[in-house]
Amino acid sequence: MTETLKIKNLHVAVGGKPILTGVTMTIRRGEVHALMGPNGSGKSTLAGVIMGHPNYEVTEGTIELNGKDILEWDATERARAGIFMAFQRPMAIPGVKMADFLRHATTNVRKPDRKEGEQLIPMREFRKELRDKMTQLRMDEEFARRYVNDGFSGGEMKRAEILQMAMLRPKFAILDETDSGLDVDAVKLASQSIAEIGGADMGILIITHHDRLLEHNTPDFTHVMLGGRIVETGGVDLARELYTEGYDKVRQRHPEDAAVEKEMAAEKKFVSGVA
Amino acid sequence: MSTAIASTGFSQEAFDVFLAARDEPAWLVDMRRAAWRRFQELPMPSVRDEEWMRTDIRLFKFDRFGLPDLSSPASSHYVGSPLLSAGVNLGGHAVTLDGQTIAAELSTKWTEQGVVYGSLDALVKEYGERLRPYFERRVVDPFKDKFSALHAATWCGGTLLYVPKKVRVDEPLHALSALSSSGVDLGKTLVILDEGAEATMLSETASTSADGGGLHCGSIELIVEQGARLRYVNLQNWGHEVWHFAHQKAHVGREGRLQWTIGALGSRLAKVNQHVALTGPDAEVQVNGVMFTEGRQHLSYNTHQHHEAPYCKSDLLYKAALQDRSRTVWRGMIKVDRDAQRTDAYQRNDNLMLSRDARADSIPGLEIEADDVRCTHGSTSGRVDDQQLFYAMTRGYTRREAVRMIVAGFFQQVFDRITIESVRDALGEAIGRRVSDIKEFATP
Repeated sequence: MTETLKIKNLHVAVGGKPILTGVTMTIRRGEVHALMGPNGSGKSTLAGVIMGHPNYEVTEGTIELNGKDILEWDATERARAGIFMAFQRPMAIPGVKMADFLRHATTNVRKPDRKEGEQLIPMREFRKELRDKMTQLRMDEEFARRYVNDGFSGGEMKRAEILQMAMLRPKFAILDETDSGLDVDAVKLASQSIAEIGGADMGILIITHHDRLLEHNTPDFTHVMLGGRIVETGGVDLARELYTEGYDKVRQRHPEDAAVEKEMAAEKKFVSGVA
Repeated sequence: MSTAIASTGFSQEAFDVFLAARDEPAWLVDMRRAAWRRFQELPMPSVRDEEWMRTDIRLFKFDRFGLPDLSSPASSHYVGSPLLSAGVNLGGHAVTLDGQTIAAELSTKWTEQGVVYGSLDALVKEYGERLRPYFERRVVDPFKDKFSALHAATWCGGTLLYVPKKVRVDEPLHALSALSSSGVDLGKTLVILDEGAEATMLSETASTSADGGGLHCGSIELIVEQGARLRYVNLQNWGHEVWHFAHQKAHVGREGRLQWTIGALGSRLAKVNQHVALTGPDAEVQVNGVMFTEGRQHLSYNTHQHHEAPYCKSDLLYKAALQDRSRTVWRGMIKVDRDAQRTDAYQRNDNLMLSRDARADSIPGLEIEADDVRCTHGSTSGRVDDQQLFYAMTRGYTRREAVRMIVAGFFQQVFDRITIESVRDALGEAIGRRVSDIKEFATP
């Protein structure tokens, strides 16, 4: 049976304000989904809520992993069940070496029942695997000795996220604007890397504005988000239309959702103006 | 079981009995009497004093404690479980309980080379005239405040390390000071490295019960003569009800090297003055501080880097992680005398808040009279970030593991400077064990 990540009629609020208003999507293992949409349409919120961010409040709907409701699970449980997110802005953890961070993380994800203090993957075995993956991603060995995301350039951070994905081997991966802030070559490399490290074995949700990340990861489905809802789902052609022509046509086709988008943007402005 | 306290309070009568029982050289008795008079004259420090304004000791009462009864020997049954000596090949060790020495040992390898180590009580009688000049140097000013005066008058127990010229002791010496519940420790540590000598000393304190109270009023004096090298570690790990008052000071002579690492985990309230004086040209001092507080602990540190001579370097890094409602105060001062040209001095204090109710005060200071110096300071205070925790959790860490990892990372910078593995391990482990979850950060 194909493993699935199923999102049904998902409503999400942050601080009492609705951000997602009924998102439905099913990702099967082995599929590539592209999620596109203008800024503020709720794409990153969807990523965060799938991953279990505590600030997002699910007011309606479900998220199921292979038929099991995971809404009550925290991020740790979701990660150990095989869900991964590459962050748009990864956090720095000063003083903690990338290799140590990953050894711990990899052990936890591969042995989901591991209790704190129990054994980690043997050092030699881990080192070899890490070195292999880094070579594959054309990363310098020195990288493993640096502190997690501390002083990394934008490109280094994104590559570090892909490296983590490669080591954790998730069933489902969400890539939240993994291409943002990267130059053309870096995006190309990232795109190749994702495909190389076994993208075919995962269910992938790629949140992006551009086509380059999709170059080596052709989407089976393209979803367009507007005003907190998925308003259209199509194939690779839809993605092509969006990055060549922008979202105006989508807005014209869905005037009601475009109005909601406008309202949400105005509210955001108002809130930030007060703050 | 442990030492009885002769009478409540530090009374004249108790002091006379104490002096009579000690049978010490006249010069030392005179020093004690002078300090005793000062103790009686000096007022209790109050929050109106600059140095004490952030450290309220109104709940501390001298009359709850008293001088040890030297006529009843301390129990020698105490077996501590020291943290710093695990897996270390020691050259010698000493144990005191409530300020009385119950064990002291130095391997013959070192006694043969003239090294002296053990109970200061006993050794000051044996080597009185040789030690007298070091006492008369008054490295710690006995008249500084009420606590330094009381200590100078009544110190007992304590540990002496003396390393003769050019002798290099390559096995660490270990000292454990233990305190029984409601006990009193008036221990004094005196370390003397003569010219060109080298040594490493690991000292630590502990309470026989984790929640037992008590009083420590002590001092540490480190004398590093020309070209000598000392690594000194003191780990304060008293029970959480202990009052800890300490004056600690080092003199580092020409081309001397001192690495001084402080770990502070215990006590209810600690008020520590930690000073280093660079007294000869080209001396170098590195000070490392690792603090972890919890509950309602209050740790207050006054550090002082005094550059008296030119071409010296001092580098201080204090890092504190604070949990629950605990509080730390750090007041740092770099003082550069007029003649101390080409001074290179640095001080830094970083604090990591693990709860919303913890508080860290960080007050760096510079006082510079020379005109060709490089003096810098910095301080930071930050919280464990929700986003950081979430990030680690999405990598399969439990919340608690994530907090521990972030705390360990915070201390890494200072651990990187500590060159003694057992010390790094002990501090890292003790801190790791104490880090609890931070529930109040779960909500936005």
